[in-house]
Amino acid sequence: MSFLMEVNNKQIEARKGETILDALNRNGLKVPTLCHLKGSLPTGSCRMCVVENLKTTKLITACSTPVEPGMVLLTHSPRVIDSRKTIVELLLSNHPDDCLFCVRNKNCELQDLSEELHVRERRIKGVKNVHHLDRSSASIVRDPDKCILCGRCVRVCDEVMGVSCIDFINRGSQSVIGVAFNKSINTSSCVNCGQCIMVCPTGALSEKSHFPELIAMLNNPEKTVVVQYAPSISVSLAEEFNMAPGTDINGIMNAALRKIGFKHVFDTTFTADLTIMEEAAELVQRITTGGTLPMFTSCCPGWVKFAEEFYSELIHHLSSCKSPQQMMGAVIKSYWAEKTKTKPENIYSVSVMPCTAKKFEAQREEMTTMGITEVDAVLTTRELGQLIHMYGIDLQNIAAETADSPLGFRSSAGKLFGATGGVMEAAIRTAYHMITGNELIQFKIEALRGFDGCKEAQLTINDLTISVAVVNGLANARKLVESIKKGEKQYHFIEIMACPGGCINGGGQHIGASESAVKARMKTLYDIDDKETIKASHKNPEIQQIYKEFLGEPLGHKSHELLHTHYCKRNVLL
Amino acid sequence: METKIQGILDRYPAEKTENLIPILQDIQDHDGFLSQESVIEVSKYLKMPSSRIFGVATFYNQFRFTPLGKYHIQVCRGTACHVLGSVTVLDEVEKNIGVKAGQTSRDGMFSLEVVACIGACGLAPVIAINGNFHAKVTCESIKEILDNYRNQE
Ligand code: SF4
Ligand code: SF4
Ligand code: FES
Repeated sequence: MSFLMEVNNKQIEARKGETILDALNRNGLKVPTLCHLKGSLPTGSCRMCVVENLKTTKLITACSTPVEPGMVLLTHSPRVIDSRKTIVELLLSNHPDDCLFCVRNKNCELQDLSEELHVRERRIKGVKNVHHLDRSSASIVRDPDKCILCGRCVRVCDEVMGVSCIDFINRGSQSVIGVAFNKSINTSSCVNCGQCIMVCPTGALSEKSHFPELIAMLNNPEKTVVVQYAPSISVSLAEEFNMAPGTDINGIMNAALRKIGFKHVFDTTFTADLTIMEEAAELVQRITTGGTLPMFTSCCPGWVKFAEEFYSELIHHLSSCKSPQQMMGAVIKSYWAEKTKTKPENIYSVSVMPCTAKKFEAQREEMTTMGITEVDAVLTTRELGQLIHMYGIDLQNIAAETADSPLGFRSSAGKLFGATGGVMEAAIRTAYHMITGNELIQFKIEALRGFDGCKEAQLTINDLTISVAVVNGLANARKLVESIKKGEKQYHFIEIMACPGGCINGGGQHIGASESAVKARMKTLYDIDDKETIKASHKNPEIQQIYKEFLGEPLGHKSHELLHTHYCKRNVLL
Repeated sequence: METKIQGILDRYPAEKTENLIPILQDIQDHDGFLSQESVIEVSKYLKMPSSRIFGVATFYNQFRFTPLGKYHIQVCRGTACHVLGSVTVLDEVEKNIGVKAGQTSRDGMFSLEVVACIGACGLAPVIAINGNFHAKVTCESIKEILDNYRNQE
């Protein structure tokens, strides 16, 4: 049911049950918000979104007040603007004054508001926040001094990720966001997904950076510095340079990476294909020999840690395959090192990932062989953007290049890894081939595409019926795993990605991207799959080559040594 | 698994988070404080994240997270005591024993708690040590009182 209400002396259409904020936004009217988090119940705590209700003469919060017929509102009356400005001034009163040194300089909601509301002097002087900077995590840096207590991180961690390792602690002016017992975040159940960074309006949350070491390595003549990038990077990096969301700049990115000084440029999508070879073989083996089912994917380090903490009894259900990042790390320092006669210890292997949890994964004990780490430094998409800016590379004016070969050629199936459901689609294509010896005719599985939190499909391969599920967002994973434990659901194979939408919306991606931008990234991945001819991992000639020259067979001896791993129960502050 | 606080948890239904505060109160009555282990136990029993339990517990002044000292000092911060200078009293006690409210001195001798009103306004400013009231305290008398406890050792 819809009705009219008056806003700024004009009638607008409002729908019963929606909030004032939704009605305003739908009608093209903007009011600033801070604590508001799309998709989450409003808390109405920051009061930045106040509007003036002329009937009651009260200031009411647009984000948490439902529309009513006959409401008469002003969104930018002097009283409203004054009130918003005071809120910003109060937030600034205890905020550190170090914008110029802040990771979020020029991309900070507090800065924007202060600018929009024309704050030009320090009217309210408060005691500056002094808290302990938490650098304990391999992925996440928490700087509570910059926290404005909007609570968005707490809600994402709870409602989207189902982790809830952070919450409001203490009361009133003593309030902080923190971990139980004020411990460092590395002792908590934090899975390093970085979704809290994505929603933080300020620099209170950011990724752990390895810039100084990386730059030293780039300038160290003894080191061969190589780089790999995940499937989703080429379709999301463009946004760091104000290009249209979903633009694929793979070739330009290759060229930029070489200009920065990376000696060799590899595509993690190649090892996504390799993962599919191993994982599909593992699935077929488990199904045909009565192995443990359902099998879960293991390429998302956020999900792997989540399983180790909350569902350690199911660890043997996880595929033993390492993630594409770690497989690439392993083959660079073995196969490629041998081929190019480079000493593994002289290789500095960098990866560019859409993900903060990959930083954690790279330093896991299991990912080091005889003192040699597979991946030495992990950059997020954002950090690669900064690096390109730092080296003064003009993406508009460089010619596209291809990645190195070997380890740089990919199928379009591997590219799908970047979106939720992609690993599943790719795995099915190859599993089908492994079981039947034929190629799938209908490549696309529509039921597994798109942003739904949990998707399922049933597939018939010869006389086998395989049921699969695809989940994104760990809160959805928790629901699914609980229903499997209760025996309500049964599957053979389940893909889980921690981040909503998968890697295209990972915690290392561009901050402040709209929903439509993320959709555009997904669409580009699907378009690549539609357009290209090598649509299955086992058809990738470089994959065939690495098995012939080096690995032997999927699940063979060499594969086990290099490409597979194990997991362990984790005791953390739950 | 048989745990220390199992007896307390058994009195409440599992996964019913509305019992959180009574459970925490029972544990504190029993142990004198909320330990990390007991919070994790409660977290598992109620299926509630330990961060949230800690968040709730730190909202209230009554919960402590360190064991009580041999001598537990309560400083009243009620209205009457406030008017008669309990801020200075608290400050003096904190300085004397070297810890803040809610903490326990490293040697385990003293623990400190701030209470809203102890119900002895006629004695303001008042502190209580292991339940014994000390009336109309001053900076000098606090030093004396605490030294007396120290000398008993
Ligand atoms: S990184 Fe993920 S799991 Fe960790 S605190 Fe942030 S949202 Fe929660
Ligand atoms: S850390 Fe960031 S997202 Fe979390 S409450 Fe503080 S300002 Fe908000
Ligand atoms: S955005 Fe509405 S109260 Fe914070």
